[in-house]
Amino acid sequence: MTMTLKAPAISRRNVLAGIGGMTFSFAFGTDGTHILPPARAATESAHMSPWVRIAPDGRITILTVTEMGQGSGTSIPLMIAEEMDADWDKVALEWAPSKPESYGWPDRAGNRVMTVTGSRAVMMYWNDLRTAGAQVRKVLIANAAEHWGVDPGTLKTGPSVVIDPASSRRLSYGEIAVFGKVPATLPNVDKSELKQPKDFRLIGRSVPRRDLSLKVNGTAQYSIDVKLPGMVYASALHSPVHGNSPESWNDADIKTMPGVIATVKLPGGVGVVAETFVQAMAARRALKVVWSKGKGDSFDSTRTLEAYATIHSDPAAAVKVVDSKGDATAALTSAAKVYKAEYRSDYTYHAQMEPLNAVARFNETGDKIEVWDGSQDLGRSRDLIAKALGFSPEQVDVHQCYLGGGFGRRSLADYAVEAALLARATKQPVKLVWTREEDIAHGMFRPITFQCLEAAVDAAGKVAGWRHCVVGDDGGLSLITGGMRISSYYALPNQYLELRNVDHNVRIKHWRAVAHNFNLFAIEAMVDEIAADQGLDPIEFRLQRMSITPKARRCVETVAKMADWTAKRPEGRALGFAISERSGSLGACIVEASIDRRAGVIRVHKVWVVADGGIIVQPAAAKANVESGIVYGLSSALQERVTVREGAVEQSNFDDYSVMRMSDMPEEMAVAFIDSDASPTGLGEISTPCIAPAIANAFHKLTGKRLYHMPFTPERVLATLKA
Amino acid sequence: MVSFTLNGRSVSIEADPKAPLLWVIRDIVGLTGTKYGCGAGFCGACTVHIDGRAQRSCRVPVSAVEGAKVVTIEGLSADSSHPLQKAWVSEEVPQCGYCQSGQIMKAAELLASNPTPTRQQIVTHMDSNICRCGTYNRIIAAIQRASKEG
Repeated sequence: MTMTLKAPAISRRNVLAGIGGMTFSFAFGTDGTHILPPARAATESAHMSPWVRIAPDGRITILTVTEMGQGSGTSIPLMIAEEMDADWDKVALEWAPSKPESYGWPDRAGNRVMTVTGSRAVMMYWNDLRTAGAQVRKVLIANAAEHWGVDPGTLKTGPSVVIDPASSRRLSYGEIAVFGKVPATLPNVDKSELKQPKDFRLIGRSVPRRDLSLKVNGTAQYSIDVKLPGMVYASALHSPVHGNSPESWNDADIKTMPGVIATVKLPGGVGVVAETFVQAMAARRALKVVWSKGKGDSFDSTRTLEAYATIHSDPAAAVKVVDSKGDATAALTSAAKVYKAEYRSDYTYHAQMEPLNAVARFNETGDKIEVWDGSQDLGRSRDLIAKALGFSPEQVDVHQCYLGGGFGRRSLADYAVEAALLARATKQPVKLVWTREEDIAHGMFRPITFQCLEAAVDAAGKVAGWRHCVVGDDGGLSLITGGMRISSYYALPNQYLELRNVDHNVRIKHWRAVAHNFNLFAIEAMVDEIAADQGLDPIEFRLQRMSITPKARRCVETVAKMADWTAKRPEGRALGFAISERSGSLGACIVEASIDRRAGVIRVHKVWVVADGGIIVQPAAAKANVESGIVYGLSSALQERVTVREGAVEQSNFDDYSVMRMSDMPEEMAVAFIDSDASPTGLGEISTPCIAPAIANAFHKLTGKRLYHMPFTPERVLATLKA
Repeated sequence: MVSFTLNGRSVSIEADPKAPLLWVIRDIVGLTGTKYGCGAGFCGACTVHIDGRAQRSCRVPVSAVEGAKVVTIEGLSADSSHPLQKAWVSEEVPQCGYCQSGQIMKAAELLASNPTPTRQQIVTHMDSNICRCGTYNRIIAAIQRASKEG
């Protein structure tokens, strides 16, 4: 099943007009999903394209959105197919175009967006796409009923077939598509008409991901693989200090280099365009740029993080209350015992395997552009490119490609905007590829943070009050405040959560599980510290003293059983526990770890994760995704660290930015899901943020000492052991 | 002009002799299954076979393969029927998939010389190839499966 890149010569209108059979176009309005009849869809081809097409031979085409390995590229059309009762073997997938108005899910402001971040794609599309699938089924049934002259209420469906049980007559969806009509007024579907989970044929059945087979033979198409006639190649060099811009460069020298076509000033950098990418890279290396000076020139991430503690203790510092309930101050004042601890975390880099790149091409008159982008947010790519070019969104068509990793980095299209600017400047189709060194130097990082937690334990030994302050750059995007809220698992009566925001001149961004990474580290390490001091087993302490919610309790008890929590471990190994929360899901995690005390290296041998993510659309793919989240969490906990000195990122490639390799892996990762009929919630990040606290807690069991600064590098481990 | 065998076919290519084999394969020949990951030999996404040895094509100048036999992921089998490719699908290894051509080529080198590797031998052999999605344990399982099922 090949997902082909869009053939740019064929307009969608032609596709619509030329295809036989029935076309269902769903226009997503703010009032929910409804189907537009094909006539109207065809006249609105600028905005419309079919989500579902049924050809007379029975082939069904369903559109999908981003796929970066998490599996929702298959889950999304699967949800439509389930409710329309399609024969999945007859379903082909195509990428949805960059029209969030038609293909998006509703954000909080009521706008439709195609954003696939925060592991929320299935969660956000769940209601709309199931309803849409059910509407298609209803139309097919109505057509069959009219054909047979029977009451549609008496008909049933099987995989791609309408059945009349009274007469045993059958009409396949393909047969119906020969004569079927999509009515002007489309049937309403009430929630009660959707399938019950027990009737699912596809959802929950581990239908394999459609992209798997394309990813073992080199045929999956990433944007870096796109080749257009007459295409030229570009690379870019950005200011090492974010915010500074190029004032001048050795332009004449560069332009005499072999193959060099142009140099182009970009926002914050210089683009070089050449006949081949090798020539573009050589030109980039030879660039000598005079950069403007800026306020970021003296930034030092280590010194900055050291100074965060003084912001926390500064009574004059600006404070934003993230959440408050009850009276945490009173609880702390009247506590039998107060606990207080400070935690820190460093910058981290996405390190997606495919360096950022995009391909851009204008039409002959220069008033329309096509861009090929492996995007986590096709609609935003379109809008940002339009803005940079002074175009309306209708003048921009962004074609989805597979993503060689996203992890939050590929939702901002800064690289795609550059490709568009280079294509405009050179009047040629351009493929822009950032080198790995550029991808890091001009990265967008998970922010550094300082956190102070205070907990009040009452006379009964229960945690009664909770205070959590985070210091750092929130970026206006909850980049450090996300994951502070604990109420979905610890319903503590008195809580006070605050942000002390600091603006830095460093590009920051969502990074798989975002702020949950360091906040859950602090929260769950802190709870472990209280439990140990109170003389209780850390799991028992959570179950008895933390006002744990029933949903969290189930996860905790399940994982404890899975890992056989109380069983003796091999010599030199210990278990650590942590709860997890992210994107509506709850989880619980146990790691078995040991320490090489001479080298300061922590080794994780086994990991158990239980997640409650509601209905699991594709259990096998979800399990793989949770495993991936574990490894990302291990990498974040043990290895990953970006440092900035004199405004510039110090790391440059995989030799000095260390990520998990095969020899670092646990021998065993066990993943289980709680059985649930609730709507799906996010799973791609649930296993990431619990890893660091679970490791820190196992470390304490092994050594009696605590780790307070992520990542737990050998230097930090050795210093902690020595202290 | 550099001449070599690529996936069983003789090719003669007009290219800068210093140009890395990776970009010659991708941009001139047009076989894009071999990926650019780091350009410095650290990640293994660009792994191809040169005379049967797994090599980082981003670090090999095209002039160095004059007369050699080069095999890329596209040449490993005509129809994804190599035992490793089948095992990769069975174990549902790929996630983003970007590193997997390199992983499979690296694994194919191992099985060619050692058809029944131990887990430790697999880890030692594969450790130089990065998978950011963290599919390593599935890669191990797939190599073991391919080893068993041939």
